[in-house]
Amino acid sequence: MYKVAIIGSRNAVLGFMALGFAVSEAENAAEAAKKLHALARSGEYAVIFVTEQYAEQIQEDIDRYKDDPLPAVISIPGQGDSTGYGMNAIRRAAQRAVGADILFMDDSE
Amino acid sequence: MAELRVNPTRMEMKRIQGRYQTARKGHKLLKDKRDELMKQFLEVVREDKKLRERVEESLSRVYGSFAVASAVSSPKMLEEALICPKKEGELHVDYKNVMSVTVPVFQMQLLSEGGSDGYNYGMAFTSGELDASLRELSGIMEDMLRMAELEKTAQLLAEEIERTRRRVNALEYILMPQYLATIKSIKMKLDENERGNTTRLMKVKDMMLKAQTVQKDDGEDVWEDPMQPTEA
Repeated sequence: MYKVAIIGSRNAVLGFMALGFAVSEAENAAEAAKKLHALARSGEYAVIFVTEQYAEQIQEDIDRYKDDPLPAVISIPGQGDSTGYGMNAIRRAAQRAVGADILFMDDSE
Repeated sequence: MAELRVNPTRMEMKRIQGRYQTARKGHKLLKDKRDELMKQFLEVVREDKKLRERVEESLSRVYGSFAVASAVSSPKMLEEALICPKKEGELHVDYKNVMSVTVPVFQMQLLSEGGSDGYNYGMAFTSGELDASLRELSGIMEDMLRMAELEKTAQLLAEEIERTRRRVNALEYILMPQYLATIKSIKMKLDENERGNTTRLMKVKDMMLKAQTVQKDDGEDVWEDPMQPTEA
């Protein structure tokens, strides 16, 4: 049986506490990365959400879990507007698969 | 294209021809696999994109009302209201096989205590905005998990597609031309040997004929070619 975790700044993740998510507060990106690895290593968490503001800075750490079936490290927008980083992650996956950015071409026009 | 360094014998040629056929079959299969993976991948990504747009929109609403909620109530009170969740989430993870790629399927199971309304606090000390943001949040939880599932699937499929693409390209542009070039060069060498043999035989015959005439002129014993029918 697995759990869901969320890493982000205090204000961004507080609300998820009520959903039964395991909430990890991080003050900065380095802390977020450390917590991410700790959560991933424990093997108890299948899904780890990371707010975009940190995800952007710790992309290398997140990419480490990209090719394993678990955990799924997914970025979600934090407080404020979405930076588009999460969308970018899909775009990157598409680019990796196809070798060219074919999916989002119509959007940028 | 660099060819393999093998002995130019008929046996080697046969062996490499066999390998070429295998490579060709493998190439076709891998190409089919790549096409199908790509199809699945695009489906997943399209759905994921739509879902993410929806989730991001909802989340920005959640943060909006949450900001209001934290403005009207003290941080301590807010934390107190949220810290002890009535809902306890457990995540079931199943695995699905998509074109021999193992992808997870998430299913959230909420273990609510006795017909809870989902709010883990009394209504007396908290603001209505908190209720609103929590309602919205629990509304999108399913979507968020589905999104996580799709994104993980997309990542895993992308990895597999990349690998398959490399294999297809390696077969198509390296291995198969290499085999073809090797087969061709062996064939040319064998043909060259054959021609060399023929000319050598012709040359030997010429020399023999010349020797015959010289002997005839000298009046000595005529050497008779055993291959030629005797005149008698």
